[in-house]
Amino acid sequence: MMDIFIFDGRRIEFRPGQSVGAALVNVGMRSWRRTRLTGRPRGIFCGIGVCFDCLVEIDGTPNQRACLIPARAGMVVRRQEGDGHGHLTV
Amino acid sequence: MATSRYDVAVIGAGPGGLAGAAAAVRAGASVALIDSASQPGGQYWRHPSGDYAAVADLHQGTAAYRSLVRRAAPAAWFLQHQVWTIEREKNSFVVRAMADGVEVEIAAAALVLAPGAFDRQVPFPGWDLPGVYTAGGAQALLKGHQVLAGRRIAVGGTGPFLLPVAAGLSARGAEVVGVFEANSPRRWVRQARSVLPVVGKLAEGAGYAATLLRHRVPYRVRHAVVAAHGTDSLAAVTVARLDAHWRVIAGSERVIDCDAIAVGWGFTPQLELPLALGCETRADVDGSLVVCVDDLQQSSVESVYVAGEACGVGGAQLAVLEGSIAGRAAAGDAARAISSRQRRRRRALRAFAAVMHEVHSLRDGWQSWLSDDTVVCRCEEVPAREIRAAVGELGALDARSAKRFTRAGMGWCQGRVCGHSTGRIAATAAGRSFDPLGLAGPSIASPVPLGLLARAQAAHHLTTER
Repeated sequence: MMDIFIFDGRRIEFRPGQSVGAALVNVGMRSWRRTRLTGRPRGIFCGIGVCFDCLVEIDGTPNQRACLIPARAGMVVRRQEGDGHGHLTV
Repeated sequence: MATSRYDVAVIGAGPGGLAGAAAAVRAGASVALIDSASQPGGQYWRHPSGDYAAVADLHQGTAAYRSLVRRAAPAAWFLQHQVWTIEREKNSFVVRAMADGVEVEIAAAALVLAPGAFDRQVPFPGWDLPGVYTAGGAQALLKGHQVLAGRRIAVGGTGPFLLPVAAGLSARGAEVVGVFEANSPRRWVRQARSVLPVVGKLAEGAGYAATLLRHRVPYRVRHAVVAAHGTDSLAAVTVARLDAHWRVIAGSERVIDCDAIAVGWGFTPQLELPLALGCETRADVDGSLVVCVDDLQQSSVESVYVAGEACGVGGAQLAVLEGSIAGRAAAGDAARAISSRQRRRRRALRAFAAVMHEVHSLRDGWQSWLSDDTVVCRCEEVPAREIRAAVGELGALDARSAKRFTRAGMGWCQGRVCGHSTGRIAATAAGRSFDPLGLAGPSIASPVPLGLLARAQAAHHLTTER
């Protein structure tokens, strides 16, 4: 029995202990962010928390490193666009 | 609120840190062992949380790992604690770490820093496409999460680390289309005098080579992945033969379909914490900035001991040895911290590492693979053209001024990924030799919320006003 989190409305199965990023790669996703200047797609690169390419919004908090955050059942994960400051817009 | 003071705080629970904690415990000290991961082992013995057995076949030195964990067990373990800085007070240190959004302060009389290293990268056209992974990243997905980075994978770069990465991926069912080693490892043979005293290191390599042979993975020397292709993710790579300076030999280019690549060009030690403490540094033979340590692994800052890659990239066996020495010395048992046997072994392993760095050194020809538009700084999206222009038109003469003009190295990763290559490109454009000392990195080891800094500042004012 696999646990599940939600990524942009899609159900993502994961093994306990897997990171959010590893779970996404495991189901064939390669990218979940676009850069703020040129809109280039990004996903995991360094995989160990060094490069910050894999930033993602988790439970409403942007700029989380998907490669480091352990996946938890029921998490709501969203693709991150631009600088990740959208939640600060007034 | 700080914890009660420990005799020794060990930061990093990889090979060096585990050995440091085990040795300090044995010397009778009260020990705190701190790591950002949820399990010990570091990058070298990385495994799924609580399930080393699932990936034991991908690891070397499992018996040593289990023994170190057992011997370090009496320490107070602070896992999932990301240290962001360390402050020095009168007679002690305060280690400041984040755990699940909350700050924890751990006080200690002495420190053993074993922060490890991450893959060194050189840019190439398309290297920011999803599907391009660092060698360590592909390895972390595999060993830490049991996930394959792709189905058809090319492995490239330089150094002995490419072998376990390719072997692991093959063993778990990926089709490894080739290992592309930019140098010529035949040069190892000429260095037999340095290699023979630590011949066990070669056996390790031979084991991986056998795995690659079994899976019919081609191993190409003087070859490199010089471009990655695809629109929204990787679809193919260009592989080419290189001359001795790493320029592409015309006509040797070949396009290979693949959905992932794993690239690594040696390692960069993580120096944020030693730098924050003011430890003296030097340039190692591979051009990396490393910490200067004495015979007992003590840095220029009293009571700060450093072990493993931060003293010069040399692998897990050397890290364990240095950690044992550092842990014992940090616990106050300086008289018995090091034996002549350990001293000899450390010298032999360092000599081996020096040969490794010489054989697998970077040649500047990689810069000719870059087009003007190739992104060098991934965070700030700075192309090669802008770095070269900063030198040619704006008069930047080193990495530091190139960074100020272009923002290369000012983004999220603080130049950890691009700092080295930005420095090399700027040096070439300026016609100067590359100076690793110009790359001193960030002094905060991981991003922290602004509110935390504000609170820390307020607390500091209270203390000083009192």
